Amino acid sequence: MSGSITAVTAARVAAARAHVPVPPWRVLAAGTVWLALAGLTLALPETGDFPRTAAFAHGAAVIGLGLLPLGLLGARLGGFGARLQHWSPWLAALAIALVAWEVVTAKFCLLPMPFFPPPQAILEVFLDDWPRLGGSTLNSLILLAGGYAIGAGFGFVLGVAIGTSKAVGYWAHPVLRFVGPLPATAWLPLAFFVFPTSWSASTFLVALATGFPVTVLTWSGVAGANKAYFDVARTLGASPSFLVLRVAVPAALPHVFVGLFMGLGGSFAVLVVAEMLGVKSGLGWYLQWAQGWAAYANMYAALIVMALMCSSLITLLFRLRDRLLAWQKGLVQW
Amino acid sequence: MTGETLHHAPGPSLQLLTQEIPVLIVDDLSKTYADGTQALAGINLSVHPGEIVALVGGSGCGKTTLLRLIAGLDQASGGCVQVDGETIREPHPDVGVVFQEARLLPWLDVADNVGFGLAGLTGSEHRGRVVGALERIGLAEHADRWPRELSGGQQQRVAIARAFVTIPRVLLLDEPFSALDAFTRRDLHDQLLNLWGEAKPTILLVTHDVGEAVTLADRVVVMRPRPGRLDETIVIGPARPRDPVAAHHENAVRRVMAALDRSLRPAAAHQPLAPEDRATWW
Repeated sequence: MSGSITAVTAARVAAARAHVPVPPWRVLAAGTVWLALAGLTLALPETGDFPRTAAFAHGAAVIGLGLLPLGLLGARLGGFGARLQHWSPWLAALAIALVAWEVVTAKFCLLPMPFFPPPQAILEVFLDDWPRLGGSTLNSLILLAGGYAIGAGFGFVLGVAIGTSKAVGYWAHPVLRFVGPLPATAWLPLAFFVFPTSWSASTFLVALATGFPVTVLTWSGVAGANKAYFDVARTLGASPSFLVLRVAVPAALPHVFVGLFMGLGGSFAVLVVAEMLGVKSGLGWYLQWAQGWAAYANMYAALIVMALMCSSLITLLFRLRDRLLAWQKGLVQW
Repeated sequence: MTGETLHHAPGPSLQLLTQEIPVLIVDDLSKTYADGTQALAGINLSVHPGEIVALVGGSGCGKTTLLRLIAGLDQASGGCVQVDGETIREPHPDVGVVFQEARLLPWLDVADNVGFGLAGLTGSEHRGRVVGALERIGLAEHADRWPRELSGGQQQRVAIARAFVTIPRVLLLDEPFSALDAFTRRDLHDQLLNLWGEAKPTILLVTHDVGEAVTLADRVVVMRPRPGRLDETIVIGPARPRDPVAAHHENAVRRVMAALDRSLRPAAAHQPLAPEDRATWW
């Protein structure tokens, strides 16, 4: 009861908050900061040769000029307007950070130059080197998707098997305890030697990094499933396979997702290391290549792409979890 | 609601019941755990079709153990359980169970929980049965909700609907209302009798609540502990509905209370029964 009352109160507070007119100056201020960034970038003289300075400044000006009418329209934009209002402090902070970055690098050269390129140098990478960067991202995604799918699938099946069959548990448990905690990267030299291609070796390593946490957590989820549910299902005529698929597996799903999240984090690490050491493509390889050429702007660009890729994949997994575990309450919002 | 009229209709007469073949036969059933604890000893019980029998007794007298053996969830150490002449060794489609907690599967919505045990039906038949069951317990508008969104009483109603929807011959209720408040409990008593009135399954009800036993049951069987065995039987009679403030009702409650009191005394102090308290075995 108290839960629903709290929910009602929270909804009322949110509604009251929504009705308070937020002054449009927040979005307008953010737009102004972006315009200031553009002006500053164009006005101040530079201490080096950066071909994309004008493009960078124009981009900032477009964002700033776009924010001004959006800020004036304000509440008439509905959900988009509300989101813009919510994120406008962040937009302003981002522009201020870019101003500071611009000033300490391109304008006054306060940071050692090749290691700390200005934002327009990174923009230059995205504009000029996008075929290579995009190809590397695609290769990384393909490698990651293959390895992750194999590892997650195998880990899930093995976890369910260990959790439901004594015989499988007897043989698999000691192996899992002995080999599982070994970091997947430790297999790297052996994998590159045993597998015919570095690509298949890397897939194996990503699968290994994913498979261990998924196996252990699926197993613990199945083993820890409330016995009361099995009693209920049995009295309603459930067969042994039905008990596994329709009772044990759904009951274990929250644990399975913890394993999938852990596996995804581990697979990122293995992916980058494998690409740095053996695979001749992918974002890890791109990082290594950029370092070799002292192309630090390319490195930062690759890091930004990698952050976007990992964050998007985690978000995707959260969405999947929210869909499959809608019956659970108190889920962490990502 | 059809259940309403059936609720007020008189039940089958006692004489008629006694002539019928029992649907549930418990024959010399005993259960000893691996550590040597004897939970049940020499349980004999026959229940006739459509009869409601309440099992009452103190804590730890083996009521739940007996119910789990009849449900086929646990194996007996001796004796046997028969439903319609068929020996129960594992859960049987003719035997439904409602547990103390609702035990709804949290990953299925209310409708899917009710339909969980329905097998071998077409999609529309399945839906029809589920919707019908939900309507009869007054939860049709909650069909798409998750179990966690329901109150304790609503959850237990869903559990009862889930047990009734498969139309079992024998229904075992293990203190199904003990976690609920008095008002919800009375409401659920009425709903239970409504549902029971449709197909009249045989009900074996375990309860702590003597008032509940006397309200719902045709007869009340008292269990005595260590090891668990059946003691006295108090016949309430088939007339329904029961008026909880009627003198007859109060008298029945008093008789069950007295029998419970005796069952908790050591066997040596067992006094001969007064004629009105004497156990009546079928």
